[in-house]
Amino acid sequence: MEFWFSELHTGNVKMSIRCDRQLYSGQSDFQRIDVFESAEFGRFLVSNGSVIFSEKDEFIYDEMIVHVPMAVHPNVKNVLVIGGGDGGVARELSHYEEIEVIDVVEPDEMFVDVCREFFPDNAKGLEDPRVTIYNQDGLRALRTRHGEYDLIINDATDPFGHTAGLFTKEFYGLCYKALKDDGVMVYQHGSPFYDEDEGACRSMHSKAYRSFPICRVYQAHIPTCSAGYWLFGFASKKYHPLKDFDPKRWKKRAIQTWYYTTNLHTGAFMLPRYVEDLLEEAEDRNK
Amino acid sequence: MDLEKQKHAPVYEALQRLRRQRVVPFDVPGHKRGRGNPELVQLLGEQCVGIDVNSMKPLDNLCHPVSVILDAENLAADAFGAAHAFFMVGGTTSAVQSMILSACKAGEKIIVPRNVHKSVINAMVLCGAVPVYVNPDVQPRIGIALGMELSQLEQAIHANPDAVAVFVNNPTYYGICSDLRAIVNLAHAHNMLVLVDEAHGTHFYFNDTLPVSGMAAGADMAAVSMHKSGGSLTQSSLLLLNSSVNEGYVKQIINLTQTTSASYLLMSSLDISRRNLAQRGEVSFAKVMSMAEYAREEINAIGGYYAYGREICNGTSAFDYDVTKLSVYTRDIGLAGIEVYDLLRDEYDIQIEFGDIGNILAYISIGDRIQDIERLVGALADIKRLYAKDNTGMLSLEYIPPKVVATPQKAFYAKKEMLPLEDTHGRICAEFVMCYPPGIPILAPGEIITKDILAYIRYAKEKGCSMQGTEDPDVNKLNVLTED
Repeated sequence: MEFWFSELHTGNVKMSIRCDRQLYSGQSDFQRIDVFESAEFGRFLVSNGSVIFSEKDEFIYDEMIVHVPMAVHPNVKNVLVIGGGDGGVARELSHYEEIEVIDVVEPDEMFVDVCREFFPDNAKGLEDPRVTIYNQDGLRALRTRHGEYDLIINDATDPFGHTAGLFTKEFYGLCYKALKDDGVMVYQHGSPFYDEDEGACRSMHSKAYRSFPICRVYQAHIPTCSAGYWLFGFASKKYHPLKDFDPKRWKKRAIQTWYYTTNLHTGAFMLPRYVEDLLEEAEDRNK
Repeated sequence: MDLEKQKHAPVYEALQRLRRQRVVPFDVPGHKRGRGNPELVQLLGEQCVGIDVNSMKPLDNLCHPVSVILDAENLAADAFGAAHAFFMVGGTTSAVQSMILSACKAGEKIIVPRNVHKSVINAMVLCGAVPVYVNPDVQPRIGIALGMELSQLEQAIHANPDAVAVFVNNPTYYGICSDLRAIVNLAHAHNMLVLVDEAHGTHFYFNDTLPVSGMAAGADMAAVSMHKSGGSLTQSSLLLLNSSVNEGYVKQIINLTQTTSASYLLMSSLDISRRNLAQRGEVSFAKVMSMAEYAREEINAIGGYYAYGREICNGTSAFDYDVTKLSVYTRDIGLAGIEVYDLLRDEYDIQIEFGDIGNILAYISIGDRIQDIERLVGALADIKRLYAKDNTGMLSLEYIPPKVVATPQKAFYAKKEMLPLEDTHGRICAEFVMCYPPGIPILAPGEIITKDILAYIRYAKEKGCSMQGTEDPDVNKLNVLTED
């Protein structure tokens, strides 16, 4: 049987994964959610036709968005995760004993339920007693918070779909306000490779760069993402992702990882010329 | 309303039948279902250009409807509780102008609020009617013009018992409603017609918790912008009549200026939007109301902003309030509405309807989603955090009653000369002068230029108001009637 899931990465490029079977399909108020079983990527979750994560490569993303800021900020107690209903980010955060509060804001209850059912390895992160899930819009949750968090992780991936509000100037502004004076925000920065993704990438950097005094971008290789290449943003009020990076302190924790290393941490901020160029252009525009 | 019949959309159904018939077109439009203009097809799509067709036997003719358009108009009349409805393809401007041209002849008086849309005064240029202005009351805190006060109307009627009609904006752009039922009773008691500009009131016809609609209040004619809250294509509109008005005469008036090649895109959009409103309007507008109420609560919770609701009703000039409107008073955070408007667009990629000196208006409709409301509220919170400043003295709105000495028509067609502002004292103005926002004319064609008015224009210019309506963009000169 030929049973393939396909996703258009551009109008002219298609990524296809041979599936064994479809495990779930449902429509929430926010998105259509599908779960497939495949030989190459294991189970993977699809939102409105786009792969959100797969069992095979989610570790890359979850490790990079958590350990990079955690190896820089010396004293993280309160964390806000926006999106992240799958629990992967919470799972990585649960390695850190000094964290006291993990607030997960995920508007789509159905998304959490589906992940709990089909991705228990991720969703176990949500069982940590420090985790509280708020089924709320991200912008709404942020509006009432002032100086409460040490770290905000924006786990939303799609700047055009139902999470569009999490890639806006108001979002970065509200995050700034919700963070403490030495707070850090990390966020999905999209893929810079294809022309149609590049604009969103520029625009994100342009907005974050104008909202935070320190704003750097780092990269990872994630096979199911567009072009297999993904960027993250590190926006911070005080700590620099490399100058304030403390590899010794992090190594002492002896956290088991499969992607992140302290060497990779530094390397991830070393970007290709074309990415550096587009980020610099985004910084210059309308200065 | 006959809900079973409302399931039909005669114009839309006729277009579907035509598509299936695969008729070979040897008539206009010349693009022939798009084949002659592939770039147009690429832009609009085959579906769209395929129904851009001309009047023909199975599709009826808007100039003289006898079949599917007539059926569609009758369904619209039933849905809106009117005796007759006309499909209009020249915007609500054409519906407003048809109301005035139907009600007044040259030299006849019509009572209008000063804060009318310029299409009203333009209609008077066409037909030679004489405007009698009723001063709009101004809300003291937020500085917006309100509706028509009954006592003011009474005065105008007593001073002008020969007037033939009363014109009402209901609701205003800001959502303010007048006491329409009382206005209708008063006007009818003096044998005057009531014409309602309901450009912003389509939804009033489909949800009982909203303010009373023109037809329900007994008005004689109403111009309804289906393309605003009704969801049809831009430029499509309805003109509604009560049984007191001669439908055949109004049709003649409409045909004086209406195109003989009415667009079936516009007409079918009216047809299916009416069907949608009749079937789902009540629920849809309940959702719009709850979204607007939610936005109001959240914006007021930010602090500094005042998103006003029903509490601004005062029993007269603000008799009722359209709660689907989201107007926000911004001066308390030290920003003019127009500044917040610009910030939302330039910095936050959010386009709102308008901003004036003290307010912004965000248009909430059946097309909105709660996550977009969150963006708007989030952006307002961020604007306050980043841009709020000391509240400087606010420009007070003054209202100077105009002295009308020539009809708009006479002033428009008269010999004119352009004079420096300071030399125009005592002369008759030949053009509009509007302080925009709020867009209420300081001068209209045919009005005497007084000392007070000149002082106000200078003051408004000093304060940085944008002045509009004049030929000279800087308003250093005015067109006035020559004195011979």
